[in-house]
Amino acid sequence: MAADGTLVVAEARPAGHGRASTLQRFARRRSTIAFLMTLPLIAIIGGLVAYPAAYAMYLSTLNRRMTANIGLGNFEILLENDTFRAVIWQSCIFAIGAVVAKALIGFWLAHMLHAIPAKGQRKWRGMLLVPWVIPPALSTLGWWWMFDPSYSSINWILNIFAVPSVPWLGEPWWARISVIMVNVWYGSPFFMIMYLAALKSVPDQLYEAAAIDGATGWQGLRYVTLPMMQNIISITVLFSLIVTFANYDIVRVLTNGGPRDMTQVFASYAFQVGILSGNLPRGAAVSLFMFPVLAIFAYFILRGINRRNKEQM
Amino acid sequence: MAQVHLRKIVKEYEGGVQAVKGIDLDIADHEFVVLVGPSGCGKSTTLRMIAGLEEISSGEIDIGGSIVNDVPPRDRDIAMVFQNYALYPHMTVYDNMAFGLMLRKFDKTEIKRRVENAAKILDIGMLLDRKPKALSGGQRQRVAMGRAIVRDPAVFLFDEPLSNLDAKLRVQMRTEIKKVHQTVKTTTIYVTHDQIEAMTLADRVVVMNHGNIEQVGPPQELYHHPRTRFVAGFIGSPSMNFMPAKLEGNGAALTLHLPDGIRLPIPAARTARYAPHAGKDVLFGIRPEHLTETRQTEHRANVAVFEAAPEVVEPMGMETLLHFWMQGHEICARFDPAVEVSPGQRVPMAVDMDQMHLIDPQTDLVL
Repeated sequence: MAADGTLVVAEARPAGHGRASTLQRFARRRSTIAFLMTLPLIAIIGGLVAYPAAYAMYLSTLNRRMTANIGLGNFEILLENDTFRAVIWQSCIFAIGAVVAKALIGFWLAHMLHAIPAKGQRKWRGMLLVPWVIPPALSTLGWWWMFDPSYSSINWILNIFAVPSVPWLGEPWWARISVIMVNVWYGSPFFMIMYLAALKSVPDQLYEAAAIDGATGWQGLRYVTLPMMQNIISITVLFSLIVTFANYDIVRVLTNGGPRDMTQVFASYAFQVGILSGNLPRGAAVSLFMFPVLAIFAYFILRGINRRNKEQM
Repeated sequence: MAQVHLRKIVKEYEGGVQAVKGIDLDIADHEFVVLVGPSGCGKSTTLRMIAGLEEISSGEIDIGGSIVNDVPPRDRDIAMVFQNYALYPHMTVYDNMAFGLMLRKFDKTEIKRRVENAAKILDIGMLLDRKPKALSGGQRQRVAMGRAIVRDPAVFLFDEPLSNLDAKLRVQMRTEIKKVHQTVKTTTIYVTHDQIEAMTLADRVVVMNHGNIEQVGPPQELYHHPRTRFVAGFIGSPSMNFMPAKLEGNGAALTLHLPDGIRLPIPAARTARYAPHAGKDVLFGIRPEHLTETRQTEHRANVAVFEAAPEVVEPMGMETLLHFWMQGHEICARFDPAVEVSPGQRVPMAVDMDQMHLIDPQTDLVL
């Protein structure tokens, strides 16, 4: 085998077999084999991601009856629409608010878990992961009952402490907070488990060295834990941001976008416009709006990770 | 600079397991003390208790005149070099060394002066901008030492700092550590399982076993006058040979009866010391370097000779080790490589009786 990994078999053959041996050599090249082996994955990504995305782009340029191409017409109409402008704003509040809360709660939970001795940790880890493993449509239904205007169990508990009932899903801001709360409840365990793994990978001796160097607990967190977890934090936040921006089921089950479209996010609004109102091209345009927002986030986060990786090499 | 005193230090883990069983130790200012012993003897636990990384179950630790039992590590004025260096991977070499000073709110110019000074001592000036990942094992070790030096602490603690280095680098770094200590003269407590490191570095060696201190003393004293069988066997490489024997005779002349009918006369200078044990079973201890070919002992006063047939011959270059068995006990002799010996060949072995040790098999104490 040659140094570049190519199998050298054809060289000893007579000149008459030139064409066959070139083909053989091509087939045996590592890059060819690698390509063939990743072909199923490429096919899946092409069929389930690239094709629908390209088709959505094409759809977004059509008129309502899909008979004529109107270019960026759908986007122009959307940007002039007050409801859609509110949807952009609400989506950002929902995604950023939820991701920040999930990251903070997940970080705190991971620290609490990390402090529990290994023996008892498994049990707690399993219990804390429950929200994340229940299908969100089902668990959101549970929350919906707890927020019910007449029979809300949360209000019942608040009333015991003489706190007046809260219109959880009736008032726009309370509804937005409720939707974020359920998303945080569902998504925090994911952050917790990722951060816990990151915490476990920080060698204890670094904390001991920091303690001897003069670091307090907070300084240990600031100068050792956070920098060591930075990449995991960035990747988790990016991943969660993408998933949360595209979240559909919680809004759909809990508020259905209401009251008065005040909790609509991109995905639920795209569904409402595209499927419920029967304007597929405009629905496609709504869902495509997420793309540039996420691309910008992804660019900055991945650039940061890349830079840190290079620095620490 | 400071003295360190340990008073009845005990470390007991859950379930009543005692790692350290009430040790006392006084370390003088500027002294280089090495704690040595096999794995699990409590040496690292002792060091970690001094550092404040491990709680003390009972007893007192005094650093520089104040009891530090309840003082957190950051306030003990100590610096520690860890086995795997424990450098902060996200910081440059400069930041790693400056970190402790930065937390203590030192002036930036003072930090720079100290880091550059330490870098000069350790010859790592050209590495200051690099991250630990880009350094070799030896360089990381130097940075870890630099981090300790810049702090100018009262006590340096070293926890097996050379274990992760290859044999050649270990010898080199050993010399470096000794050199640094001679320059900065900070009181140093050094933990290792390697008795050669202990012998070469220490002003005084503390031999630990099963959570107790077996013996404390300068390296030469430990080598020539071990107090227990453990110390006799632990110090020296290859380790001391032990043979069951019987001490026979009266006050005037004593003879050691070894297996295989070997008789060794006890030197006159020692008869008074061993006379009370006449007629008793003892363990005869002799180091391989004192069991050699006859030519090497020509000028020695008290030499006894017996014959043995080595089963294994190991030529090491500067010496040849011969192994033979005496009633199930493996015995090692150290011969001049010029003497050619083949396995199975009977050769005369000269014992330098002035270097012998007798051990009471009941108490394991050297008589």
